[in-house]
Amino acid sequence: MDLYEYQGRDLFERHGLPVLAGGVATTPEEARAIAERLGGRVVVKAQVKVGGRGKAGGVKLAEGAEETVARATDILGMDIKGHTVHKVMITVTADVAEEYYFSYLLDRANRTFLCIASVAGGMDIEQVAAETPEKVVKAPIDAVKGVDEAKAREIVEAAGFPAEVADQVVDVAVGLWRAFVAEDATLVEVNPLAKTAEGKLLLLDAKVTLDENAGFRHPDHEALVDQAAVDPLEQAAKEKDLNYVKLDGEVGIIGNGAGLVMSTLDVVAYAGERHGNVKPANFLDIGGGASAAVMANGLEIVLSDPSVKSVFVNVFGGITACDAVANGIVQALGLLEQRGEQVTKPLVVRLDGNNAEAGRAILDGANNPLIERVDTMDGAAERAAELAAAGV
Amino acid sequence: MAIWLTKDSKVIVQGMTGSEGSKHTRRMLAAGTNVVGGVNPRKAGTTVDFDGTELPVFASVADAMKDTGADVTVIFVPPQFTKAAVIEAIDAEIPLAVVITEGVPVHDTAAFWAYNVAKGERTRIIGPNCPGIASPGASNAGIIPADITGSGRIGLVSKSGTLTYQMMYELRDIGFSTCVGIGGDPIIGTTHIDALAAFEADPDTDAIVMIGEIGGDAEERAAEFIKANVSKPVVGYIAGFTAPPGKTMGHAGAIISGSAGTADAKKEALEAVGVKVGKTPTETAKLMREIMSAG
Repeated sequence: MDLYEYQGRDLFERHGLPVLAGGVATTPEEARAIAERLGGRVVVKAQVKVGGRGKAGGVKLAEGAEETVARATDILGMDIKGHTVHKVMITVTADVAEEYYFSYLLDRANRTFLCIASVAGGMDIEQVAAETPEKVVKAPIDAVKGVDEAKAREIVEAAGFPAEVADQVVDVAVGLWRAFVAEDATLVEVNPLAKTAEGKLLLLDAKVTLDENAGFRHPDHEALVDQAAVDPLEQAAKEKDLNYVKLDGEVGIIGNGAGLVMSTLDVVAYAGERHGNVKPANFLDIGGGASAAVMANGLEIVLSDPSVKSVFVNVFGGITACDAVANGIVQALGLLEQRGEQVTKPLVVRLDGNNAEAGRAILDGANNPLIERVDTMDGAAERAAELAAAGV
Repeated sequence: MAIWLTKDSKVIVQGMTGSEGSKHTRRMLAAGTNVVGGVNPRKAGTTVDFDGTELPVFASVADAMKDTGADVTVIFVPPQFTKAAVIEAIDAEIPLAVVITEGVPVHDTAAFWAYNVAKGERTRIIGPNCPGIASPGASNAGIIPADITGSGRIGLVSKSGTLTYQMMYELRDIGFSTCVGIGGDPIIGTTHIDALAAFEADPDTDAIVMIGEIGGDAEERAAEFIKANVSKPVVGYIAGFTAPPGKTMGHAGAIISGSAGTADAKKEALEAVGVKVGKTPTETAKLMREIMSAG
């Protein structure tokens, strides 16, 4: 889960790291209250999970409460690269003398964590690394030993931080590592890490990603989810413990196993190239051991998406037997009718693997005109795309 | 023969008395796996009956190894306890630990992996979030269905469980030496490269199917490894060509970050080193079939 900047700032503050005083507002009136509390000159920043907001006019300075309200009014509701601004963060300003870069992140290739530090901050670090690689230090971090003062000092020296801020950077490096571990983050990025004219170090931006798998030990992380930004279908699926991602197409997809479902999306997209360019409407993995009830929940979510014109149910019976899946589909349609839902969209079903013959016989026996059985994955994708194109 | 798991492997189950653990212990036994016991400190000294097979429960992995000579552990414990279970297995120096559990925090996986490295990597870890490893006709450690295919001369390594089953099914008439599901998490113990190296060295494997998916650069690194080290034919498949960036597609590791981790980049890297990459699982199976029939 990616956090908004203000959530990252709050998280840093909770862990004792130096950040600017500030608050977050969803209305101009809330912005006024914050400006009055802070006093003087403030910066109003759009809260969107996308880069380039400064260039898009989403970051403005303001002097006093009235100007803050005016800038907040301008920025709230603004569209930045397809993201609507619902919140602004307001902080006091800092007199920045130098800008550095500091981050901890997951290093998948080396199966550990990585620290990236640079005295050339304030700009895109990938660009800095490409143009002046000597200015970027990448230090692997042992997941068991972590970052203590000695390790931090090693990084600070390697990156060439100026002597007058070295001790402060060491403190930030150790504190940020503690926050990274304590919060089960997979990324904490500070760009810029700024030195003020008075020589004080400040974390002026916060990019934080949290590991959702660690949610069981962070009940407080649930509150960081931006409910307003969650797709309603994704929210409904989550409440039913379904692994669902909304996409932009017309062919609803249900499958078992993440890899098989990803593969199904691809095969449907290829077939769509021959049928009106229809595309997959969603990713939905009902899991390796899917029951009838889970199938019913999955079908309900997919069928409730108005852009869906046909549904492709692609199941390989591994642990789950196909006859159980077939019964699940038939019962699911019955269940949906009982719930008062008129199912009118065609279902293309491909069953293979464990007890496939029995499963296919159940589908045939159900005599439901909406269910069409195709026995190969590629063939079924073709048919589902064709039906979606005809229904568009 | 096969890689890492043979008919002589003696398997214990951490979490055998739990619902998933007991369900799959029964399935592993039915598949002919030599399961010799389970681990649960609270039930140590008792036995569990699996359709007539009495399996002893031990207090620790070390106890179970001492008593039974076990050399493989399959771990089914919930995510909260997975790190401790794996560290126990590493401390006991069991040669192979298969971690089935899904939803393990990545900090926990990074920690037990670092611990394993510090201990000299005496334990091969497969997973987490994986279906396990199966050497058809010999042994099955994990949740891969045992009846899809028989023994043969293709090696299979895959990030995905159901795509593994699909591929085994498509090529069931040819058969497999070993199928390894390495898992879909951002950090995993055994990689594509480890499996490729083992298959290359295995006299009973003639060709290799490698299944990848979006996220990370494991497939790109595997391509470099193939170029330098693999003489046997390799056929590849990548899932997720149409996945949007920034969205996690089911597996915790299956996410395109910016421009990194795309299926196109992986396909290009593999094709550049001579690996044929199928557009669909069926087409991939067909490519392998052509190789095997050309002999």
